[in-house]
Amino acid sequence: MFSFIVRRILVSIPLLFLASFIAFILVVNTGDPLEDLRTKQNVPKGQIALQEHRLGLDKPFFERYFSWLGHAIHGDWGRTVKDKAVWDQISRSLGVTLKLVVFAEICSVLIGVTIGIISAVKQYSWFDHGATTGSFLLYSLPVLAVGSFLKFFLAIRLNRLLGREKNPLLKTIGESTANFCNVRKPQNCGFIPATTDFLTHAALPTLTLVLITFAGYARFARATMLETLNADYVRTARAKGLDEKRVILKHAFRNALIPVVTVVSIDFGGLIGGAILTETIFEWKGMGRVLVDAVTKVDPNLLLCWFAVTAIAVVLFNLVADILYAVLDPRIRL
Amino acid sequence: MNDEVAPILSVKDLTVEFPTDDGVVRAVRGISFDVRPRDVLGVVGESGCGKSVSSMAIMGLLPKSARITGSIKFRDRELIGLKPKEMRAVRGRQIAMVFQDPMTAMNPVYRVGWQLGEAIKAHNKHFDKKQIRSRSIELLNMVGIPQASTRVDNYPHEFSGGMRQRVMIAMAIANNPDVLIADEPTTALDVTVQAQILEMLIDLKDQLDAAIVLITHDLGVVAGITDRMQVMYAGKVVESGTAEDVFYTPRMPYSIGLLGSIPVHTQDPGAGARLKPIGGAPPSLINVPPGCPFSPRCPLSDGTLCETVDPPLLRVGPGHLAACHHSDKLAAMEDPLRLFSAVAE
Amino acid sequence: MTDHPPIPKPEPASDISEEILLDTLADHDSIEREFTVEQRTQWKTIARRFSRHKPAMVSLVVFTLLVLFAFVGPFLWKFKYDQVLKKPAGASNDWIRPSWTHPFGVQKGYDVLALVMRGTQYSIRIALVVVVLSVTFGVIVGAVAGYFRGGVDNALMRFTDLMLVIPYLAAVAALQRNVKGSTWLYLSFFLAMFAWMGIARVIRGEFLSLREKEFVEAARSVGASAPRIIFRHILPNTIGPIIVNATLAVGAAVLGEAALSFLGLGVKPPDTSLGKIIEVGKGKATTYPNEFWWPVLVLCLISLTINFIGDGLRDAFDPKQNRVRA
Ligand SMILES: Nc1ncnc2c1ncn2[C@@H]1O[C@H](COP(=O)(O)OP(=O)(O)O)[C@@H](O)[C@H]1O
Ligand SMILES: [Mg+2]
Repeated sequence: MFSFIVRRILVSIPLLFLASFIAFILVVNTGDPLEDLRTKQNVPKGQIALQEHRLGLDKPFFERYFSWLGHAIHGDWGRTVKDKAVWDQISRSLGVTLKLVVFAEICSVLIGVTIGIISAVKQYSWFDHGATTGSFLLYSLPVLAVGSFLKFFLAIRLNRLLGREKNPLLKTIGESTANFCNVRKPQNCGFIPATTDFLTHAALPTLTLVLITFAGYARFARATMLETLNADYVRTARAKGLDEKRVILKHAFRNALIPVVTVVSIDFGGLIGGAILTETIFEWKGMGRVLVDAVTKVDPNLLLCWFAVTAIAVVLFNLVADILYAVLDPRIRL
Repeated sequence: MNDEVAPILSVKDLTVEFPTDDGVVRAVRGISFDVRPRDVLGVVGESGCGKSVSSMAIMGLLPKSARITGSIKFRDRELIGLKPKEMRAVRGRQIAMVFQDPMTAMNPVYRVGWQLGEAIKAHNKHFDKKQIRSRSIELLNMVGIPQASTRVDNYPHEFSGGMRQRVMIAMAIANNPDVLIADEPTTALDVTVQAQILEMLIDLKDQLDAAIVLITHDLGVVAGITDRMQVMYAGKVVESGTAEDVFYTPRMPYSIGLLGSIPVHTQDPGAGARLKPIGGAPPSLINVPPGCPFSPRCPLSDGTLCETVDPPLLRVGPGHLAACHHSDKLAAMEDPLRLFSAVAE
Repeated sequence: MTDHPPIPKPEPASDISEEILLDTLADHDSIEREFTVEQRTQWKTIARRFSRHKPAMVSLVVFTLLVLFAFVGPFLWKFKYDQVLKKPAGASNDWIRPSWTHPFGVQKGYDVLALVMRGTQYSIRIALVVVVLSVTFGVIVGAVAGYFRGGVDNALMRFTDLMLVIPYLAAVAALQRNVKGSTWLYLSFFLAMFAWMGIARVIRGEFLSLREKEFVEAARSVGASAPRIIFRHILPNTIGPIIVNATLAVGAAVLGEAALSFLGLGVKPPDTSLGKIIEVGKGKATTYPNEFWWPVLVLCLISLTINFIGDGLRDAFDPKQNRVRA
């Protein structure tokens, strides 16, 4: 097991280096970070040169890359165009995004897999038809539409229904109320009010993510379960005279678990960069916002760190997927 | 022969149909047969003729979409229409089954001991862990797995195909069934292993006092080890009788055609030239045309009667039945086995 | 979990090729002739199965109408997308609301229906370019990797892994940032660069199994060249997965483009797209809903119909309900 993990890590490292190099090429070609400064009137040449030097723009390409890489390996992600620490900004946004996506993903997996299994076991029942149609529709709907519908349509109506138009229960903007806790409102500073505030903000974006995500898992779990339910070993299990519950759980589900767990863990790797649209619709200051800012304002170090964090997450969870696969399937030799 | 003994398993007019998008597949179209205690019944026919479907019907393992009519009696108890719980008590206990492909028939994620234990526990709720384990090892020994006491902790993928089929057989005999259905148990195996497995099956039959239904598409497999044989074609039984009847005095051209597909290793020097495989393919089981289903491939087809009337299964000798309008012509032929090559010449 | 369109996941291999093969193998002497005959009846069966999939058939009609709406509509509709409209004399302020003259209403002096038609046209155009490029490239990579195996396969698959590690929305956004001029065409190229990996994996899998089949051995033994075996013998057997994946890729491309443009990182004026119109309209979703909800609706329709068509095609090529055990 241990050597298996080490081997897999050793394969991942060159992959990450290559990815970082490609990301660097992309970032270098995004544009000129000092475009604003250059087009502005009355900016002394010296100041531009100073900024160029600070951001390393005056160095040749490879030198720039290796200098960035050297620092990054030591955890120094550099500074933004505005001369702030990149890591501060990334870690803050990462926290915001994780609060949204992790909970939503767990809900989606639990709901989706449960529905998928029931659908498969009761194939062609009304439940199966309903769940299949419903998840097909949700799976096919763009997140733009689902999110906008919840924000512009459902939230307003629900708040009105609850008689809370002035102080809406379902918040549609941001991840928390601005200035929620300060000297003049000390009652807001406890754990409970802060959590409540967060939940009222998180409800709709979470719902958006769950709606568009669980459907995919339901479809996948159903298809996988149908396959294992039709497998020869399930027929063997029935031929032994086992009861249906045992056949389904111990045989069909246990085998369906292998691909499901793999897919779920791979998906976890995509979470960080995976909610960009939802964050944008509900105006959360998460990783999506950082990406849009870093691209539009051409902030090379910020963008590079963004790429690095998301790519590392992808590689890491691919590794987790491989390990879980090996744990769940004795045919894989470690 | 023990015709006077009451059958332990008796199938009457069994039909199985599957509604599909392309039409109703009539996989089994009215078959009847009896299995007597300690009998070995060989069932032969080309692949797709309904052998597996009939055995799954007996096991009650067909998908829900299947429409089953007729009667399947085990010791005078009707199995069709049994409640799922009652049927579970029969499966694996009274009637057990060995499947074709041992590579896929075992659950890849559990150790073979676990899977054997599960079969034992299903019908012996009172067994404790230790009893189950020692019984599992005993079963593995019975089917000739070397070092059974350590092999019991291996996963299926750690066994060769032949060894896996032995484990499958061990699972099937775990509860001393009265009838063991072996559906092409050697088809997926190496030729060298096939004989060993068959030999072991026959051995076990004597040890266990069980009847065996041996299904195959290869007449060579059943030659010499079955008491009775029945030949199936397009969902029907077209000939049945003792092994000698079918081998030496076949009364249905299809049986002769099947003989042609046996690899030749007989002493008879003329056999290789005499036997020729049948050309063509069996009919689709959706919209089966009227008449004898074999007539399009049959050298004896008269083009009129054969294509309009499906021949009934009639007695052509003591305990020997055949479904052919022209079985008398075969009886009159000096060497019926030459039928197919004679036409080709 | 992604809230933007996923890169299509590899589909399980279809059985169709097997069916064709088994039938073909019945006659060794005339492999190629039999093949075409078999194939013709096979296509008929596929068309029949597809036509029985009602949602797919309805979707095909709706999608065709959408294409006509996008490409023919602008010629027939009385207002042009860039035609500035003035409030007609004597009309009330309600003239900008949906009416017989302006079914989708008027926004800042433009006819919204004309805008949406043009946006739909760009969205579909972009998606088609993306799919043609990415499917061609993906099929070539997959075929070469699966056919030659060994080092070639290893290198190509590591490259595929690498491309999958790079977050594609961010990458395309970074590439697109600097583009001036024909932004939609560049955007299509960039999207295609990050959309070929799924199909490459599918085709590789198909090739890995097909190359072991007897008819390939036969072709090889009579000295057929590698390109001939790849294109004449193996590729035709992978047509099912290619068509299904390409169809689904259309939907993914439309949504990917919409996502980028919605973020303000996609097409730039004078080009447009559904995502772009939605982005412009999002601030006024409650006050001036027309400019926002109509393009959202069209986007939903495209995504739904494409998915249904893909589903129907998959069922037609790989009919699970007819699959039986031997
Ligand atoms: N679940 C099913 N649905 C539809 N057709 C089936 C099903 N199972 C078997 N069949 C059909 O029934 C026929 C007999 O199959 P089978 O009994 O498996 O043949 P074999 O004699 O080779 O064991 C075949 O034509 C097969 O296609
Ligand atoms: Mg069979």
